[in-house]
Amino acid sequence: MAYDKHKFIIITFLLSAFLCYTCYIYNSLPRKASAMDEQSSAGKLIWQKYNCGACHQVYGLGGFLGPDLTNEYTARDTAFIKLFLKDASVFTPVMPVFNMPESEMDALLSYLKSIDASGKSDLRTFKVNSNGTIEQ
Amino acid sequence: MEPSNNKQLNTNKLFIVAGLILLGFGMIYGLTGAFQYLVPGFLKKYFSFEKIRPLHVSAVVFWIILGAMGSVLFYLQQYTQKKLHTPWLTKVQLLVFLFTILAILTSYCFGMFGGREYWEFPPLLALPILFGWLLFLYNVINTIGSIRNQPVYVWMWLTGAVFFLFTFLESYLWIFPYFRNNIVNDMTVQWKSYGSMVGAWNMLIYGSSFFLMEKISGDKTYSTSRMGFLLYFIGLFNLMFNWGHHIYTLPTYHFIQYVSYVVSMTELLILGRIIYEWRASVSTARRHFHHAAYKFILAADVWVFLTLLLAIGMSVPALNIYTHGTFITVAHTMGATIGINTFLLLAIAFDILHETCLTFEPNTKLFNRTYFVINASLFAFWISLIAVGVMQSKWQMSEPRILFGSMMVELKPFFISFFIFGLILTIGILIIIYPLIKNQLLCYYTKSKSKKTT
Repeated sequence: MAYDKHKFIIITFLLSAFLCYTCYIYNSLPRKASAMDEQSSAGKLIWQKYNCGACHQVYGLGGFLGPDLTNEYTARDTAFIKLFLKDASVFTPVMPVFNMPESEMDALLSYLKSIDASGKSDLRTFKVNSNGTIEQ
Repeated sequence: MEPSNNKQLNTNKLFIVAGLILLGFGMIYGLTGAFQYLVPGFLKKYFSFEKIRPLHVSAVVFWIILGAMGSVLFYLQQYTQKKLHTPWLTKVQLLVFLFTILAILTSYCFGMFGGREYWEFPPLLALPILFGWLLFLYNVINTIGSIRNQPVYVWMWLTGAVFFLFTFLESYLWIFPYFRNNIVNDMTVQWKSYGSMVGAWNMLIYGSSFFLMEKISGDKTYSTSRMGFLLYFIGLFNLMFNWGHHIYTLPTYHFIQYVSYVVSMTELLILGRIIYEWRASVSTARRHFHHAAYKFILAADVWVFLTLLLAIGMSVPALNIYTHGTFITVAHTMGATIGINTFLLLAIAFDILHETCLTFEPNTKLFNRTYFVINASLFAFWISLIAVGVMQSKWQMSEPRILFGSMMVELKPFFISFFIFGLILTIGILIIIYPLIKNQLLCYYTKSKSKKTT
């Protein structure tokens, strides 16, 4: 094939661009400072351990059976969230009772706090620009 | 050389058969999950939603992965006219995948998680998947040999195999505190990997379907044409840079939004080509419509058009804020995974599995009716999901908002609608895949029985 050379040039260019883009993102992650202390870092693992993301969203990503929890930490009282985690059946028939130990609940709360501090997920706060892009 | 479509049940065919079984289970799990929207708390004690959702997602994702791997391994031998470089490795690969999938599904049943969305299983189980994929990659690379003068589907197979490995590893970077110490960093890298991973398995499946189409039509010009390669490079460009639309609303770098927005517009070229070639596609369809495999390719063609239309709309940030976090994204996923991936893999399954030791002639009348029902119910299911999404979007943008629980109650009629069409779709797919699985397993049973008697 006469144009084999062109294909190699294109693929080399694309792969180089992809690697540069990837390396840039890895080296200069969007948030420089760590937003998590030891407890909230443990909270992330608790979030994954109970698969909270199957029903709940963070920044609109996750399951749709429960509400988005990005800014739930400021929207609710921490005592209320703890009460919910202890026995959700009082409030909703959907959420299972996880029988979470107190330490796990604290870690999860700490994680929710760090998510809340990272930004706002409310889509009503976005401004639409004339070129079709959005900003908050 | 291993004869094409031989009547024996070999390892490559078993990938497809195992995938079809997973598809059946995946559909049933999905239906159970949909029912939980109708009857909150249904089966909560044993299979609550946080178990059912990963069961559904993983079963379907592994159907796609096993189907994609099986089709590449099978067609690669037909294309090269020789056996795989190391055939016994595919046996190890299959066993590794089957045991791991079984362990993953079992862990979900017992509520054992630990990973992130879509790979929710305990992270240690990612190791055998990685190992199995390396075996696959080894065989693919060594069987192909040189990339020079190869048709577009070989490029697609290689691209898919390499990029899946890369994105799978990338999706586990969260295990390092450097990547997970801030939710914004964590989610940026997570969706970078997931967005590209879907592109990677699409490359494998589209590559196989190009090969199949070439086989059916006998026309070998497309796979070496400039247009074929142009579309491949557009696909690759999108695989690499069009993942940002998942996270437009995440407070991450703005350039991610701009890059993804601009790159996604190149998909308009693909859309334009589909419209331009429509008449030619219809005349090809008339020639080959008697072919069961072709019927599914044709259906997938229509779904590529619909899904692309939705995807391009969702890639415009100004529209994305209305679709983000709603069932419109689910509609897009269902269009892509059922309408495109599953239909293409079913076409491949019919091609690869139709010759068995037993006579396999699908009941034409039943097949045609079910084919129609599947397509009609998928369309109605898709529209129902979009309708729920529009209602959710209205709620998300309303001021003031009613409570989340009240909104969910208002959406009930839409949930009933998507459950009913989901049920019809599930029944249709089970009817289609049943004879494929039954024939293969009966042959295997007969073979092992005759071995014992001799």
